[in-house]
Amino acid sequence: MNAVTVKNITKTYDKGKVLAVDNISFEVKEGELFGLIGPDGAGKTSIFRILTTLLLADKGEASVAGFDVIKDYQSIRNNVGYMPGKFSLYQDLTVAENLSFFATVFGTTIEANYDLIKDIYDQIKPFSNRRAGKLSGGMKQKLALCCALIHKPLVLLLDEPTTGVDVVSRKEFWEMLKTLKKQGITILVSTPYMDEANLCERIALLQKGKIMSVDTPENIIKAFPYTLYGAKSDQIYKLLNDLRLNGQVESCYAFGEFLHVTLKEKQENGKKILRVIAEQNGHSNIWIEEIKPGIEDSFILLSGEQG
Amino acid sequence: MTFFTSWHVERADQQINMKQLLAFTKKEFYQVIRDKRTLLIMFGLPIVQIILFGFALTSEVKNVHLIISDNSKDVNTLQIINKIKASSYFSVDESVMGYADIEEAFKQGTVKSALIFPSDFAKDLVHSGKAQVQIIADGSDPNTAKTIVNYLTAIINDYQAQLSPTVGLPYKIIPETRMLYNEEGNGSLNFIPGVMALILMIVCTALTSVSVVKEKELGTMEILLVSPFKPFMVLISKAIPYLALSIANFTVIILLSVYALDVEIKGSILLLFMESILFIITCLSLGLLISNVTASQQTALLISMMGLQIPTLIFTGFMFPLENMPWIFQAISKIIPAHWYYLIVKSVMLKGLGFEGVWKETLILIGMTVVLLTVALKNFKIRLS
Repeated sequence: MNAVTVKNITKTYDKGKVLAVDNISFEVKEGELFGLIGPDGAGKTSIFRILTTLLLADKGEASVAGFDVIKDYQSIRNNVGYMPGKFSLYQDLTVAENLSFFATVFGTTIEANYDLIKDIYDQIKPFSNRRAGKLSGGMKQKLALCCALIHKPLVLLLDEPTTGVDVVSRKEFWEMLKTLKKQGITILVSTPYMDEANLCERIALLQKGKIMSVDTPENIIKAFPYTLYGAKSDQIYKLLNDLRLNGQVESCYAFGEFLHVTLKEKQENGKKILRVIAEQNGHSNIWIEEIKPGIEDSFILLSGEQG
Repeated sequence: MTFFTSWHVERADQQINMKQLLAFTKKEFYQVIRDKRTLLIMFGLPIVQIILFGFALTSEVKNVHLIISDNSKDVNTLQIINKIKASSYFSVDESVMGYADIEEAFKQGTVKSALIFPSDFAKDLVHSGKAQVQIIADGSDPNTAKTIVNYLTAIINDYQAQLSPTVGLPYKIIPETRMLYNEEGNGSLNFIPGVMALILMIVCTALTSVSVVKEKELGTMEILLVSPFKPFMVLISKAIPYLALSIANFTVIILLSVYALDVEIKGSILLLFMESILFIITCLSLGLLISNVTASQQTALLISMMGLQIPTLIFTGFMFPLENMPWIFQAISKIIPAHWYYLIVKSVMLKGLGFEGVWKETLILIGMTVVLLTVALKNFKIRLS
């Protein structure tokens, strides 16, 4: 049984002028950790709001935990844990007050499901008398997760929980999600950070309201059809332009301190070809290696193909 | 369907939980107490307004220049004049003036009030037990004029009461008052009920609407909606703490009026409280309605403060007499809840009437509240946008 089903969902804003979600379909299996990966404006938040019954889709059907988003909206509201993209707890209440408030509103007590939040709550417990507004970004997210979990939801819907959070806290946060997954909670999470995609079991790559691919991160990377090269020289920007202008090069873009390059035809000696091109253009300190593609490479390739 | 346990389903059908309501109320109190700005609006505004209105609109007068034209010159008029002289309110000028002279003096502004005894004052009083006396006051300063008239009338009534038992006959001196230039003479001490209506209207409406809109703005509404908490319960939970705070607020206003401004509450305090609670609920409903149609705290505040203050000031009737307005304005005043509350408070507080005197206004106010509350609850969005 699927925990989340989305079927041909379309959502527009401003009376149809802005297309936010374009005929999207995907399924999240029970107990799965599923990621919606895409940049800002890809339609992630709209999907979350449709699934949490906060917005009505223009077209299509969707269900969460077996409940239809329109007919059984109250059942969905009773049984999902939702963390909106923006920090949405009471900033003027303390950590403890927020937690106990949400526990009561969700019709439960902190004690009843304490085992579920214990690991997370232990980390913010020293600050339980601090106002939520005065917490650091990572702490806020931990508290928000506790509040979303307090009623032991069937499905956890987390909209960009790690945006604006430091690297260490992001790591910790994903560890928590893994632990929660082990307890049988289905998790649908979105993120604009491609490196976090590998931490999900399955992902959907989103771009401009469309799903480009749904699969495990490994399969998506495996499906990358080209041999990928990393390239570097003293004049990296010039190298980027030189490679792009070359007829043999399929694609070339900057990626951190390297360029990621693919060639049009599969070549045994691709490294050599690239080195020659670079040398012909007078580059020095040239470094070229075959590298393993990542999710971001697949993403860029797919957006190029489908955009 | 093993996916969701029966426990989850049962929880979905849970009835409105008093615990949730209590938790929400507690949360709301914490928020108000911690928000200095809200506290200031809630309790600072009424105190400042009552005191400002209290002293700005005060109609205390002393040593008013009063012309007495005694055309009768008998023992009765002499006694009345002595009584007036004995009070500290007037400095009496007994120059005999004709009516034309008096009017001239009024025009020049040298004289603010005049008391005229007709030539057959004593004769009338003795023979028919009824006599007339004319009081003229400068109505261009309505507050002073009204006070002068009230004082003079009181002195004459006092004399009349003094006279009657000794003579054994019910004597009647009828002061015939006339306000020059402003016959209605509006602007009396009636302002207290008006200010009460104004403050309750603004404070209740503004705070309720702002606190609901704040949840929308900060995103907490999103979480509240995606929870087992029923959407309309959000509104109810908002209304309860603000009802309590508004009642506290009202108590402050009443205490200030009684102890700082010496306003006497003539009718039943209980009735006044019940009527005020009704009006507070009206305002809360209005606040909830405003919160339904606004998306930012500023807009909500602006609508509740500006949008309600001016109509309340104009159409309640405590600043400008409604009788003088064009019919269209009079019609508008009838749909302003504050107008009815003002009438109720005036009747109960100043005139000392019981429920039988205000039941009609109360019914109208109840009707308005029911309509506003229904519309607010019906319009409450269970989804975003």
